[in-house]
Amino acid sequence: MIDIGLGHYLTLGAIVFFLGVIGIFLNRKNVIVILMSIELILLAVNINLISFSIFSGDIVGQIFTMLILTIAAAEAAIGLAIIVVFYRQKGSIRVEDIHGMKG
Amino acid sequence: MLAHAVFFYFFSFIAIFSALMVITSKSTIHSVFFLILDFISVGCLFIMVGAEFLGMILLIVYVGAVAVLFLFVVMMLNVAEQKQSWFVGKKSTHIPSGLIVSILIFLELLVVIGGWKYKENIFSSASLVINKETSNTHAIGNVLYTDFILYFQISGVILLLSMIGAILLTYRKREGVKKQSYITQVSRERQTSIEIKEVDFDKGVKIDD
Repeated sequence: MIDIGLGHYLTLGAIVFFLGVIGIFLNRKNVIVILMSIELILLAVNINLISFSIFSGDIVGQIFTMLILTIAAAEAAIGLAIIVVFYRQKGSIRVEDIHGMKG
Repeated sequence: MLAHAVFFYFFSFIAIFSALMVITSKSTIHSVFFLILDFISVGCLFIMVGAEFLGMILLIVYVGAVAVLFLFVVMMLNVAEQKQSWFVGKKSTHIPSGLIVSILIFLELLVVIGGWKYKENIFSSASLVINKETSNTHAIGNVLYTDFILYFQISGVILLLSMIGAILLTYRKREGVKKQSYITQVSRERQTSIEIKEVDFDKGVKIDD
């Protein structure tokens, strides 16, 4: 318990990842929370990469983390733009109201 | 070592609690605030474990830019009246399957982490070993601008693309807004813009007719 190792960080990453996946599945509210859950999942991946990088003494994991941060920022910007356009068209961003491609 | 453990548990409990609150809180704006708290505590964990540069980047980029972007959109779209409705109202069919899938993922991750050990010679097999002499930022800069310059520039292009995409998606023409038009401004000619008039004595000139 006292000796914090790689396993502790990986467990933290697993828990955050799990909460993000639950947030995607259980959400009945609006799409913004789904985007936030995706951010949580990417954060969990970053925790894993950084802890592996530190505990194995290899800097490449931190470079990959930086690239993931870039992609996550780009994804958030595009996703929020899509949400704004959808709200302008339909007047709502509830998850139940988004069924245009249901068939 | 004890301080490390205390701070690790402190920050990770805050991170897990706020991640839980992101997906369960009643209003969306509270979710955004808990997302900010989550980013801050994970950034503190990064700084604590020795990746100072990425911890600060997480604080600056996420808390400073992405979370504020979320806040902007939440306030712009007026979703405050859409209250949480998980268990009331219409019964949803995908909640049990979602729970099963996410719990399975979690259990699989726990199995992988629990039965995981370092290979004996993993430290010697690392290709770009962290130098203890230099700072974290220095080490990242050494690698990022030499070995990973291609990925660095590609990520810049991706940011440019996302900027263009976001502007293009949310752009709309408004009616009745006076705007500067460079083309008509530049393509004016002397004949259309200047008129020379003979002014009679003691009469004056009516300009805008």
